[in-house]
Amino acid sequence: MELNRLNIAEARLKLDSGEITARELTEACLEQIAATNERLNAVLTLCAETARFEADEADKRLKAGERLPLLGIPYLCKDNIMAKGIRVTASSKILEDYIAPYDATVIKKLKAAGAILLGKTNLDEFAHGASTENSAYGTTHNPWDLSRVPGGSSGGSGAAVAADLCVFALGSDTGGSIRCPAAFCGIVGYKSAYGAVSRSGLLSMTSSTDVIGPLTKSVADAATVYNVIAGFDELDATTYQGERAIEINSDVKGLRIGLPKEYFAEGLDPKIKESIDKVKDELEKAGATFGEVSLPYTDYGIPVYYILTPSEVSSNLARFDGIAWGFKAQEAKDLQEFYKKSRGQGFGPEAKRRIMLGTFALSAGYFDAYYKKAQAVRTLICQDFENAFKEFDLLLTPTAPHPAFKIGEKGNDPLEMYLEDIYVTGASLAGLQAISIPTGLMEKDGVKLPMAGQLIAPRNSENKLFKAAMLWEDKIKINKTNFI
Amino acid sequence: MLTTEQIKHIANLARLELTTEEEEKYGQQLSAVLNYVDKLSEVNTDKVSITSQTGGLINAWREDEVKPWSEEEVQSALAQGETSGGQVKVKRVL
Repeated sequence: MELNRLNIAEARLKLDSGEITARELTEACLEQIAATNERLNAVLTLCAETARFEADEADKRLKAGERLPLLGIPYLCKDNIMAKGIRVTASSKILEDYIAPYDATVIKKLKAAGAILLGKTNLDEFAHGASTENSAYGTTHNPWDLSRVPGGSSGGSGAAVAADLCVFALGSDTGGSIRCPAAFCGIVGYKSAYGAVSRSGLLSMTSSTDVIGPLTKSVADAATVYNVIAGFDELDATTYQGERAIEINSDVKGLRIGLPKEYFAEGLDPKIKESIDKVKDELEKAGATFGEVSLPYTDYGIPVYYILTPSEVSSNLARFDGIAWGFKAQEAKDLQEFYKKSRGQGFGPEAKRRIMLGTFALSAGYFDAYYKKAQAVRTLICQDFENAFKEFDLLLTPTAPHPAFKIGEKGNDPLEMYLEDIYVTGASLAGLQAISIPTGLMEKDGVKLPMAGQLIAPRNSENKLFKAAMLWEDKIKINKTNFI
Repeated sequence: MLTTEQIKHIANLARLELTTEEEEKYGQQLSAVLNYVDKLSEVNTDKVSITSQTGGLINAWREDEVKPWSEEEVQSALAQGETSGGQVKVKRVL
């Protein structure tokens, strides 16, 4: 048995019974990283020595009889979340040598829970992208087909979980960045409601939609990680003490689930549509009821997102001035030139595009026409969901319009990449929770690729969401070939 | 369509040094994105209030007090840049 292939629940049983040790589990993951990372480029920074130390500590606690959901479980973390003493790059050259001076709140919680940090994973620079191709350290490859992208921006975490480099991983989701790689890599990705998990120690991107969450091998695992990392934090004033996913069962009787018709319109691969119909059938058989619903402002989600996101990005990335940390340009004759050179040379193309777009949208004379307008349409998008949730407990949609695409396929047109987010931005803009779960495999160009669907739910309905997710996973499983 | 002058102006506001090729390329790309987001002008928002947050929290007050932070972490943060006498060293402004 290759221990790195275990999910959290399976590893938990073996660790608690003494059948395996946390050290053995950690070594198995480190071996898999050593064997596959050259091909995947999923891990940017490896913390083998501290991981071994943490594993031995976890084994002592286990031996002493301590029992905690994540005690002794090795994980990887997206490299835009700070872990004290470890370099944090956000996959940008501007932070190439930056060492995190303190732990993000989620890392602090996972440390206390006895989880073992194996290293940091690749992402699109500053989480700007849907393919991981915008990383300054090279693209991550999809383990199902190395010539394809793993999705993004948490693509390193997605590929790492799918290829069993770890037991689970952390990602961040601003407009789909957990759900998209989960869909493309055939795993589970959970974006909690905005404010349910602390952002303290996350490198800010779009502060009004950024969320940290788990990428896992099972639905129950996503709930387990969420329950550990969620909760009010005095270091993040937008956090609240929300519902935890405690009733982990698949009793969906009486759940009302809506199918937003705009999410099944033109552009969706018919095989993905069929696979979601099967999910619907299974949920219906188990006692859930379905109905069609309309979210009329769906088409405006991407335009709103690509005004608000660059605007908040341009503001958040203004702190990178080369002074107190990060990349410093040489040979600048004055302060202005130093700023411009440091930022011009330090940021990659997509970060620069977003900074420019945001600076424009926020500049004098354009603020009302772009930023305020987008915020007003955001209100209408939120109202769409509020109306839908008067009739329904959950919404069922696809996660992505197609399976993982080829590396380089969307290279030259940023707009084409932005349209990748079509089914995932809505829940982000409205601050809702959403989970992406595999729906099956499709054959494409001679390879098998995962397909996925998404359940969206209002805040404080974690138990309803996870019940439906559990039933879905019970009935529809994908067989992972030993692809790598 | 954004003119080269506009792109230069935006880059200056954003404190980004761009090459001539970058100015040209980003000019085209940003114009395409702006054309696309102009779709928003179809929506009548005259009577719609704006949404800047979805957390539902109102007036999340707290005391304005300085809380202690680990000195070691403070020093590790400061050590990432140039310091002089415990202060961050900046370039000459004037």
